[in-house]
Amino acid sequence: MLFPTYDTGGFYDEMFENDGSARPCARLLFKRISSLNDGELRVYQQAAEQALFRMGITFNVYGDEAGTERIFPFDIIPRIVAADEWAVIDRGLRQRVHALNVFINDIYHEQKILKDRVIPAELILSAKSFRKACVGLNPPRGAWCHITGTDLVRHEDGEYYVLEDNLRCPSGVSYVLQNREIMKRTFPQIFDQNNVRPVGDYPSHLLQTLQEIAPSRTTDPTVALLTPGVYNSAYFEHSFLAKFMGVELVEGRDLVVTNGRVMMRTTNGLERVDVIYRRIDDDFLDPSTFRSDSLLGVPGLMDAYRSGGVALANAPGTGIADDKVIYAYVPKIIKYYLGEDPILANVPTYVCWEEKERRHVIENLDKFVVKAANESGGYGMLVGPHSTADQREKFRGAINADPRNYIAQPTLALSRVPVIVEDHFEGRHVDLRPYVLYGKDIFVLPGGLTRVALKKGSLVVNSSQGGGSKDTWVLADTGVSC
Amino acid sequence: MLSRVADSLYWMSRYVERAENVARFVDVNTLLSLDLPAGYVEQWTPLLSTTGDEAVFAEHYKTTSKRDVIHFLTFDTRNPNSILSSISAARENARMVRQYITLEMWEHINRFYLAMHSGARAAQKGIAPHQDFFSEVTSASHLFLGITNATMSHNEGWHFSRLGRLIERADKTSRILDAKYFLLLPTVDAVGSPYDDIMWSAVLRSTSAFEMYRKRFQQLSPDRIVDFLVLDREFPRAIHYCMLSAQECLHAISGTPRGMFRNRAEQQLGRVCADLNYTQVRDIISGGLHEFLDDLQRRLNSIGDAVHDAFFALQPTPVVPQYPAGREA
Repeated sequence: MLFPTYDTGGFYDEMFENDGSARPCARLLFKRISSLNDGELRVYQQAAEQALFRMGITFNVYGDEAGTERIFPFDIIPRIVAADEWAVIDRGLRQRVHALNVFINDIYHEQKILKDRVIPAELILSAKSFRKACVGLNPPRGAWCHITGTDLVRHEDGEYYVLEDNLRCPSGVSYVLQNREIMKRTFPQIFDQNNVRPVGDYPSHLLQTLQEIAPSRTTDPTVALLTPGVYNSAYFEHSFLAKFMGVELVEGRDLVVTNGRVMMRTTNGLERVDVIYRRIDDDFLDPSTFRSDSLLGVPGLMDAYRSGGVALANAPGTGIADDKVIYAYVPKIIKYYLGEDPILANVPTYVCWEEKERRHVIENLDKFVVKAANESGGYGMLVGPHSTADQREKFRGAINADPRNYIAQPTLALSRVPVIVEDHFEGRHVDLRPYVLYGKDIFVLPGGLTRVALKKGSLVVNSSQGGGSKDTWVLADTGVSC
Repeated sequence: MLSRVADSLYWMSRYVERAENVARFVDVNTLLSLDLPAGYVEQWTPLLSTTGDEAVFAEHYKTTSKRDVIHFLTFDTRNPNSILSSISAARENARMVRQYITLEMWEHINRFYLAMHSGARAAQKGIAPHQDFFSEVTSASHLFLGITNATMSHNEGWHFSRLGRLIERADKTSRILDAKYFLLLPTVDAVGSPYDDIMWSAVLRSTSAFEMYRKRFQQLSPDRIVDFLVLDREFPRAIHYCMLSAQECLHAISGTPRGMFRNRAEQQLGRVCADLNYTQVRDIISGGLHEFLDDLQRRLNSIGDAVHDAFFALQPTPVVPQYPAGREA
């Protein structure tokens, strides 16, 4: 299988220049793939898929025949990020995550940024994700968002843009680690001399970040990962991370709050938990504080948290900076708190809450991507150029009914990568989600989740909408750029 | 360790052990039927009582043909104790404790599960499982045990997993003996006939005990077979062995010295062990084997319940904090 018929289709291609030659950072990879015998690549692709089945990295297909399980599609051609590009991403993410943490801390304390009218106060106070229960709380070192998975996209101008911040419970990092593992097992020769930076130390960094926020009464904190349970679509990730950190994986029913402490039910009675890496949304965390119908959470957890009995990561309340309307103000947030220009740009964003911008959006629905402020996973979204008149009409109504809840962005020409389609390569659109840990130091994992929109022409990369993933290679600095 | 995790480890192993036993029963019975004379009524119903699922079977099947019984015990998901159901349940429990067990254990049980599913798919197309299928189930279970012993720390969780396996095994050995003994006794009149020998050896093979029995007693005799399968302290599928080892597990978990007890499970298991320690096979036969085994099964169930109450079903009670109350947020 070779590349001659491959067409970049006028998009920015992560592997090839417009003239069809391999980019400098991808030349070695291109050479390795081109030297394979006919059919070899498909054997490796199948071996990778078999390995995923064997390792049980599958999800259930609801409503399908019982026992049917699928793997998340994985394409073995890696996506490459050159060292010099990564250096910019790395600095940009540190800056952004730092500023967002300062912002969240300010919002739950003095609200200087609102008083200085950099952000309209109504926007914050009207946000569903603003948690009154968090006002005045002081998580250690003012760090609220310990784990971030920022979505980046590359536009046809070759620049990276931040698409979303994902400050609540970003998922996917286990696939970064697992994809690399699968690649090393099934296709080892492709790594040869490529100087790919390793990603396997993420669990150690995560554990350290979690231990650092433990209440100071203990030097040997007990850390637990709180999962909604085995039927959650991210359960694999929860068990994966708990396993590789060696911490307990707990469900709400395993925990109980007594005397202001969170305890887990063990075979030996109740044992104290100091730090909870929760993979449950704020809403479901504590039925006595947030949604009372939640069966996933732990009654009394917020009280224990407020009184310092337990640490939570991410802290409740981070969602306020994850609101898609607030997103539009992040460049201003960075400038306001750090006095710096953003290193990574935002995608230009129209806030429908502003009358003028709304009118522009409504008149050009067929050109914009419209998103609901509080949805994720590709839901509540209109991709204008691919939409029907009916869908646009629906969104027009929705926007006018609740302008605060909508933003619009121009449709980006996401960059593409080659993927294996039967016996040849085709270009597919991708994004990139790197992971940032915000502890005493900031750690940016040199890699990330490359999500691929496997449907031809599709721009939606979410796994719930037919997306797959690729191994992401951040190259060590050897002077080769892209 | 977390109660829920202990619970899952216990059941994970119980279900694997259950599948292994069912597979061996089916395997042995099939091979036995080949040796029996034409016209001899094949004995497929007793197999149903060894898993205790006669009622479920009667609900769904009109006849008790070989094919029906084998399908019911192997791939029928309406039977909660079929091989497929057991391995699915074992894997589901393993999935819930995936972070606790080793990667090797998880991958093996996952592979085991996938193999059962592809067998079931073939069966749906009318391809009956090959005889090797059943020995593959048995060896997959052995492999799981080996992987568990070789890769997992022999910690509290390992003891729970072992406990589940031993209790299940004791239960199955007692059931196969109970079911077969009464069918075979009438043939004692024909002592010395080749079929007598073949059928008794089938009982031993059903518990994988044939070779070890031969080494200890050589000649087949019903009393000695009962002696071996119930009272032997060294054969790993004998009930006595299982109970003694289960006792080790419980005491390792609780840290209580042997001869003492801290919960109902230890107390009840201790009594069963004491009874077996001081029982001779003629006591069992004279009091009635069926009565003896029936009572034993009841006690095994009760031990299972006590384990559940003592370790898995912890009710929250206020506890005294073990450190000064904290201040900071």
